[in-house]
Amino acid sequence: MSDVCIVGIGIHPFGRTDGLSGLDQGVFAVRQALADAGVDWPQIQFAYGSSDAAGNPDTMVDRLGLTGVQFINVRNGCAAGGSALFSAQMAIKSGEFELGLAVGFDKHPRGAFNALPSEYNLPDWYGEAGYMVTTQFFAAKIMRYMHMFGISNETLARVAEKAFRNATHAPHAWRRQPVPIEEILAAPLVSDPYTKYMFCSPAEGGVALVLASEKKARELGKPLVRLKAATMRTRPPHSFEVFAPSVDVVADDSMPRGTATRIASADAFRLAGIGPGDIDVAQLQDTEAGAEIMHMAENGFCADGDQERWLSEGRTEIGGALPVNTDGGCLACGEPIGASGLRQVYENVVQLRGDGGGRQVPGHKRGSGPKTAYSHVYGAPGVSAVTILER
Amino acid sequence: MRAIAEGLFTDETPPRLLGGRERATGRVVFPCPAGDSCDPVPLAREGRLWSYTVQRYRPKTPPYAGPEAFAPWIVAYVELPGEVIVEARLVGVDFGAVRIGMPVRLVPLALDPEAAEPLAIPAFAPMEGTRA
Repeated sequence: MSDVCIVGIGIHPFGRTDGLSGLDQGVFAVRQALADAGVDWPQIQFAYGSSDAAGNPDTMVDRLGLTGVQFINVRNGCAAGGSALFSAQMAIKSGEFELGLAVGFDKHPRGAFNALPSEYNLPDWYGEAGYMVTTQFFAAKIMRYMHMFGISNETLARVAEKAFRNATHAPHAWRRQPVPIEEILAAPLVSDPYTKYMFCSPAEGGVALVLASEKKARELGKPLVRLKAATMRTRPPHSFEVFAPSVDVVADDSMPRGTATRIASADAFRLAGIGPGDIDVAQLQDTEAGAEIMHMAENGFCADGDQERWLSEGRTEIGGALPVNTDGGCLACGEPIGASGLRQVYENVVQLRGDGGGRQVPGHKRGSGPKTAYSHVYGAPGVSAVTILER
Repeated sequence: MRAIAEGLFTDETPPRLLGGRERATGRVVFPCPAGDSCDPVPLAREGRLWSYTVQRYRPKTPPYAGPEAFAPWIVAYVELPGEVIVEARLVGVDFGAVRIGMPVRLVPLALDPEAAEPLAIPAFAPMEGTRA
């Protein structure tokens, strides 16, 4: 079967853009992606759009042109963007279409996400008691992981420090001022062990990707960035997830539990026919500093506990053996739920094309720049999406 | 003290938490869901701390119904051996002295002690004279 290729990318800067709706930011990204691919809107045969809190993506046909195009909306928690991309590549793989679009955007109010128990099939008292707070889960998950595998607060701080430093070179990032490790560690705690610099903030932004069959990509004369795998998976039994009034006991609780991430990752590597050691650059969900740490292991890049050494040795720096979150990830870009998964893929295409400027991965593993790129998102209540790109 | 919701605690003194045992699988969950998929089952009063964090800012209202004046509190996951791990408050211990694995016992807590009619939520406290 021929590969699906990414032939155009567009992004509206992440962060806060007063006066511009989430949908407007999505339209901005689509126009940029179309121009990048060298195609016009009427050539687009289908679109999948993801947004969690900024309205129905398909309504953007108002702005882009009433061509009658097929346009399907996707809402899938933090995996929404990944789900849109998965669906888009299936539409091409099936042979139904040759050229289409995956677009994601969002615009969240300031402050923590405000979830209600009824949206998650939970009783009202659970919210009244103060547990509908996503940061509690993330903090409790890393607290146990640190206890089990000897991860230090300094390592958490190193992740955040790297994010803001990488972001200084990423025009689409939000928080682009470096913050010293000491300041990250001394900042007010939000939810122990995390200080305010170790959590991402809900934000705004838009990303669009134009996808084409290999045949169409060759016609367009674009460099072939191949989507070798795109997977979206849900959680296995006994996993620990956000908004959990209870968690299963297991016979042996001395190792991390199964997660949607582990399943999505293993399947993506199987589909791509390569392993974690073959990846040149990775974007791993880092909604908080510990997420990047745990996701390094859950995606198979290192053993549990090795992160302590990896971070202190700089292995995940842009010049390291496996650069992680080269644009600063969610920590520096913020989290517009519908757009984050696609931002990771955008960043990977930038890296594979060699357009990363000050944040470009040298790709010394094989000489001339990175050849393979990995992206991963995780969301409530136990969903994950992974992609592997190759040029 | 009245419970924040029906079916969370047993009626005995002192109370226990009420979980649910899934009829099809035997798996224990908390709280016991409505419907007939689960049989209510009283849970152990004592367990060990599985993980925790400290809630450092006041959650948004709604849905949070705690007092306006906010002081940070501990969110705990407590493993009740062979049954289930439950989410609850942890009280009676300094934040810096909390240790994963420490033995704890159920002590229902008023969500807002100043309320005209305080409502009890699940909470645990370290067991006296024990060490993690």
